[in-house]
Amino acid sequence: MNSLSEIQNDNLKYGLFLGCIIPNRYPMIERSIRDVFDELGMKLLDLKGASCCPAPGVFRSFHNLTWLVIAARNISIAEKLGVSPITGCNGCYGTLRDVWYELNHNYKLKKDINKELNKIGKKYTGKYEPKHIVQVLYLDLGLDYLRNYIKYSFSNLKVAVHYGCHIVRPSDKRPWNNEYEYPTFLDEIVELTGANSIEYKDKNLCCGAGGGVRSAINEVAADFTKEKLINIRNAGVDIIITCCPFCQLQFDLGQKDVANLYMDEIKKPFNIPVIYITQLLGLSMGLDPNRLGLIKNHTLKDISPYISYKPFLKLIKEQLI
Amino acid sequence: MNEKIQEIIKRDICESYNSNILRKFIDTGLEEIRACINCGTCTGSCPSGRRTALRTRSVIKKALDGDDSVLKDIDIWLCSTCYYCYERCPRNILVTDMVIKLRNIAVEKGYILEKHFNLAYNVFFKTCHAISAKGENNKKWRELRESYKLPSLPPTVHSYPEAVKECQTLMKEVKFKKLLDQIKKKIKK
Repeated sequence: MNSLSEIQNDNLKYGLFLGCIIPNRYPMIERSIRDVFDELGMKLLDLKGASCCPAPGVFRSFHNLTWLVIAARNISIAEKLGVSPITGCNGCYGTLRDVWYELNHNYKLKKDINKELNKIGKKYTGKYEPKHIVQVLYLDLGLDYLRNYIKYSFSNLKVAVHYGCHIVRPSDKRPWNNEYEYPTFLDEIVELTGANSIEYKDKNLCCGAGGGVRSAINEVAADFTKEKLINIRNAGVDIIITCCPFCQLQFDLGQKDVANLYMDEIKKPFNIPVIYITQLLGLSMGLDPNRLGLIKNHTLKDISPYISYKPFLKLIKEQLI
Repeated sequence: MNEKIQEIIKRDICESYNSNILRKFIDTGLEEIRACINCGTCTGSCPSGRRTALRTRSVIKKALDGDDSVLKDIDIWLCSTCYYCYERCPRNILVTDMVIKLRNIAVEKGYILEKHFNLAYNVFFKTCHAISAKGENNKKWRELRESYKLPSLPPTVHSYPEAVKECQTLMKEVKFKKLLDQIKKKIKK
């Protein structure tokens, strides 16, 4: 882990890999990542012309070679700028990191992929490690560095932390010392803000969206989500914190799906606000809730967040302001 | 043991299974599947199997036995790729990667769910995003971006038409487009 002085001497630059869900369905996440990283003194470069990562659950499942070559193209855009691609999405993280790992461990495959990339004038070297924004916060900057930026603390906020799958698994291709059953890094970041991360049953259960399940068989995905939401409600929390926009969508829009499909089992709707980690962290850093995408400035309908942030905004007023 | 002998021995054992699927696994370096002792840790760890008919152990067993029905069943598409089976396998088999490889073989043979095909054919190939913010239908999403003071379209393929061309060229070169077109023809029939 880098020491504080090393970080300050190093002008930290990363390439922000947006993916699909963050920019096109949850732009408040993009807003909060950009603003929190800016406040932390880091430079995020745009990866111009980047595409879908491609999504591991669907496109990797359809055609592995397409998955490899399109991911290598995306990484090569960051390489050309001389930076690591970083992403706020567990799915994109899974793709970029697994492809990076695979190509760096298979010389022949890397050569074959470069033969294809050469046809569009691009080249993959593998010199820059793809990272998750949580990995940058926790491993590159560290809790001590983040603590310097905390201005306000929640006095009594109860949080259900949801990691999602691909940020920790497959663990042999992740930076968390093979910890995949009981990770704590996200809870530690959440608790910097004064919030309490509440234990709940089957905390590391998948949200159900991945693997192409949500896109083809939504009832099964919603059944996973129902189980998680029941456990979360039983633990008595104020909000859910995620570090993946697909999990975020699955908990947010998913609460509606679950209410439509399984009302007889859940008895009453959940209505638990789903908040992204940089939205929460940004509040503690003193950033304007407007800048973090927590305030609605439009009259659009059928749009994210599907579960209102209002109860959370009330808690912010009571505890932070 | 020198490499040559090692190869012969591996192939010998493989022949006894007489499985085309197994052959494909071995050709892509997933030969560890032969180490499966059918212990069921994968099935026991599977959150999808708690609520669906997916039994990971059966899927792997069918693949080993060369039972083609594993490619046609919906079971392999019920996996949410949470990677618990991969992590917990006592024989270090990359179970989740096997399931994904089985899906690849299934799609190659034209077995793909309709919604998945539409996503690949009508969204991914055309826009190079899995979820698009372009077109009249998606106006509200562009306006939502603007409400957070972001440009109406992100600086991705959405803002660079030449980047879409690049991705499409790659998808044609690796024959993904050809595969999709073949499936499209099959569906029409």
